[in-house]
Amino acid sequence: MTGEPGGSGFSRRHLLFGGAAAAGAGAAAALGASAAIRAGVDAAGASGAGGAGGTASPTAVGEAILPFHGVHQAGVETPPQAHALFIALDLLPEVDAPALRRMLRVLSDDAARVTQGRPPLADTEPELAEVPARLTVTFGFGPGLVARAGAEAPSWLRPLPPFGIDRLDPRWNDGDLLLQIGADDAVTVSHAARMLLKDARSFATIRWTQRGFRRAAGSEPEGRTMRNLFGQLDGTVNPKPGTPDFDELVWSGGEPAWMAGGTSMVLRRIAMDLDGWDRVDRPGREASVGRKLASGAPLTGEREHDEPDFEALGPVGFPVIPDFSHLRRSRSEEPGERIYRRGYNYDEAPASASVSDAGLLFASFQADVDRQFVPIQRRLDELDLLNEWTTPVGSAVFAIPPGCAEGGYIGDTLV
Amino acid sequence: MRSTAMTPALGAALAAVLALAGCAAGQPAETPAASVQAEAAASVTVTDAWVKAGDGGMTALFGMLDNGGATSITLSGAETDAAEMAELHETVESDGAMTMREKEGGFEIAAGGHLMLEPGANHVMLMGLTGPLQAGDEVTVTLSFSDGSSLDVVAPVKDYQGANEQYDEGHEAH
Repeated sequence: MTGEPGGSGFSRRHLLFGGAAAAGAGAAAALGASAAIRAGVDAAGASGAGGAGGTASPTAVGEAILPFHGVHQAGVETPPQAHALFIALDLLPEVDAPALRRMLRVLSDDAARVTQGRPPLADTEPELAEVPARLTVTFGFGPGLVARAGAEAPSWLRPLPPFGIDRLDPRWNDGDLLLQIGADDAVTVSHAARMLLKDARSFATIRWTQRGFRRAAGSEPEGRTMRNLFGQLDGTVNPKPGTPDFDELVWSGGEPAWMAGGTSMVLRRIAMDLDGWDRVDRPGREASVGRKLASGAPLTGEREHDEPDFEALGPVGFPVIPDFSHLRRSRSEEPGERIYRRGYNYDEAPASASVSDAGLLFASFQADVDRQFVPIQRRLDELDLLNEWTTPVGSAVFAIPPGCAEGGYIGDTLV
Repeated sequence: MRSTAMTPALGAALAAVLALAGCAAGQPAETPAASVQAEAAASVTVTDAWVKAGDGGMTALFGMLDNGGATSITLSGAETDAAEMAELHETVESDGAMTMREKEGGFEIAAGGHLMLEPGANHVMLMGLTGPLQAGDEVTVTLSFSDGSSLDVVAPVKDYQGANEQYDEGHEAH
């Protein structure tokens, strides 16, 4: 959802009236209090897909290649691809620093090749590598991996503090090694994952796998804010990659030194109660977030990126943008308390009688989780009407090390 | 890891399983070998070399050799500190099964031509591993040519489930 400008945070989603109560916006505020939101939900906002940028080739989407090597890892600033696969692995007990080094070398080499449309060494299905489709592979390290390397971990590299709204299921939490695989083609993602997992098998086992999607490449103009499955524009307020503001908010200056040029990822699996949301009519939906559904504009504005006016009062004297709204709650007065969101929708097979198991893979990047993410989440945990319909069910924090040069490997500053 | 790196042969003494240091050395895959040695080795480019991981016994080196020279050359042998013996093998069908056997006379590579070493086909067999080869290790194999020149190929080790053809004499394959 839309984030709010200063605040980054999560989006608008929480809405009002959970079911029964229908309240006007004012009344809802009270209700909202109990609900906290979860943070998560929003998605990132960067651009969407887009193929090679071109218009020319009919297969431009498949041909588009993004660099693997560089100061930063790909898959952070990269405009989100249509498909994402997040895989967390747990290291086998015997994996020590030399083994880590071997693993990271192999996996980095696989990624360096397959992202460029070339089959990794020993690829048994090399033809599947021929469609790079903006493939990126981003590696993240959990506290366990850093410990095996015998290195100092960033102070924020640990599970998030518990929040009142959390209903975490351990099957979606934590992990030693994260693989974030993104591409505009699902077969490409599948093949890259297969190759990486085959090569990770002697070092680690799969802890969890989470799959997400956005609009297909080319289906919307580039740069459009994603809509989540509540129909909300999710990620309106996001720092812009390539700007000094983004660099300052996202990239680590090197605490500890091996993290220079890296960042952190918070991945929250946020279940969205689509059935409950159905019972909320449009005015309630808009009040819960503080934004108009159609345009994403704040309730006090006309266009998506208009600055919200939190002082504006409605006819009865209540704020036009309710105090309990996601927009209001996620906004911080502190400019440093912002994050970069790059989330994805998920929609899995529902269990039992339900007809929906959907939500948001809320992925955010920030230089310092404790300084930037946690304060926002605390505010949303205390009050955010969207919490009525959103529930965090999974949570993980990873250090995203810097990129590597050709001939190097991801993690070569660590081990 | 980089793709295959090669350097002019420095002698078998250097050939070994390297513990690899980080982003170590090795030239980009497509760099032609320096022409320190005789002509054949100097005209060969090796790309995408790799060795199948193994705890012991046999394994093999795969990759692509391109002959960028103006004359035909012959790959005649191989050696490595990682194994007691290295042989050039081809895979042929025998009684309905694919079996490997030593390639008599080596592999000729025409001028401008290439030799593909791959599972289920031609390869450099490494027999009697001197220690386990684990994924992410690097192995140096010295390829020698019929004109007496040689070329070191540094190949990463990868886990691989294939390359299980039977050896001609009935040994279990790699």
